[in-house]
Amino acid sequence: MNDPMMPSIWRIKNYRTETADTFTIDLVNEHGQDGMTGMHFQPGQFNMLYLFGAGESAISISGDPRNKDVLTHTVRAVGTVTRALARLKRGDVIGVRGPYGSPWPVVEAIGNDVLIVAGGIGLAPLRPVIYHLIAEREKYGKVTLLYGARSPVDILFRQELEKWRGRFDMQVEATVDNARQGQTWHGNAGVVTGLIPRAGFDPSQTTVMICGPELMMRFTIIELQKRGIEEDAIHVSMERNMKCAIGLCGHCQLGPEFICKNGPVFRFDRIRDSFRKREI
Amino acid sequence: METLEPLIAEHPFFRDLPREYIHLITGCASNVRFDAGQYLFREEDEANQFYLIRQGKIAVEVFTPQQGRLLIQTMGAGEVLGWSWLVPPYKWRFDSRAIELTRAISMDGKCLRAKCEDDPRLGYELFKRFSAIIAERLHATRLQMLDIYGTSE
Repeated sequence: MNDPMMPSIWRIKNYRTETADTFTIDLVNEHGQDGMTGMHFQPGQFNMLYLFGAGESAISISGDPRNKDVLTHTVRAVGTVTRALARLKRGDVIGVRGPYGSPWPVVEAIGNDVLIVAGGIGLAPLRPVIYHLIAEREKYGKVTLLYGARSPVDILFRQELEKWRGRFDMQVEATVDNARQGQTWHGNAGVVTGLIPRAGFDPSQTTVMICGPELMMRFTIIELQKRGIEEDAIHVSMERNMKCAIGLCGHCQLGPEFICKNGPVFRFDRIRDSFRKREI
Repeated sequence: METLEPLIAEHPFFRDLPREYIHLITGCASNVRFDAGQYLFREEDEANQFYLIRQGKIAVEVFTPQQGRLLIQTMGAGEVLGWSWLVPPYKWRFDSRAIELTRAISMDGKCLRAKCEDDPRLGYELFKRFSAIIAERLHATRLQMLDIYGTSE
């Protein structure tokens, strides 16, 4: 049996700057099984990226689950490891452990409308869901993406957002907290919860997936509940400091749950009690 | 002659308002349109109306000497713009500009205030509706001020 703490070696095939502090890397495993250079994963799962000499960081997979050629991660450079990762370039190698964690409920959502609410970097773990929904579009009802960012220059995957918005089978609404003169922006301004009334959905037939800062998720849930969405139809992706990623070390414990093993994606009714606890 | 009564009655802000009140406030209403880029009002202008947006999109902005125009909110069809007509000294606190062709019903604040004085039940009904909007926007503003998407450090 493979040692779950042992990373495999992956090479950076592409490096793209997304925003001032966020970048995307495409990785290939040149020694992958059956000649596959990518990774089998489910939307919502994450990997531990290991920069030798700096440390490990848990990063959601942001690529297309159907693409078996590359493994894509979008990273925000905010800590020691992620800042060091940001300095990497094409051809460099890193260690990868994973994939880990629970997926978004894309199978359970079949036949339902799907409402995706993302804030900031929270769009990255949801992008694989969007790729999946587009690939299997006929299996789902109305698909709506609501996205909030700090300002127009902080919008993640802007070109893709514009492309998705142009589709006839998907509603995409984006909003920014504010926009300065000179920043090209003809979209909405205000908090992402303000977009919810514009997303027409049948509360009894809708699966909701939310990822973003916990405060944003909290208020999004309140807005959704006001409109009749039940707790068991809401799914959130939680973030805590992860270390082992296999439910042993306890670093990411949230009440009775280990985020790395039982999450990061949770049905809201299962973590409701821990969600608003101030001590954890 | 066709009146604005049906348009006012179907706007979400006045949903379920008793028919006699819809009829009463229609006397304070006028149909307006703003081309993209046109200002609805500017900061410090007298605030003697509010707008029921029917179509289009408007921006609420504040001008700062260092940063120029700062967009802080947008509103679209079904939303209501402006409560400064309710509160002395009846001055706009922000600029508002149409981002795209916008059609709206403009409600005359002076006219409405007079009707509310005459009929406190109408006044209470209007204040309840505006209070909900003011609370919602205060809440949204607080969230914006928290800069929740900023760095976690």
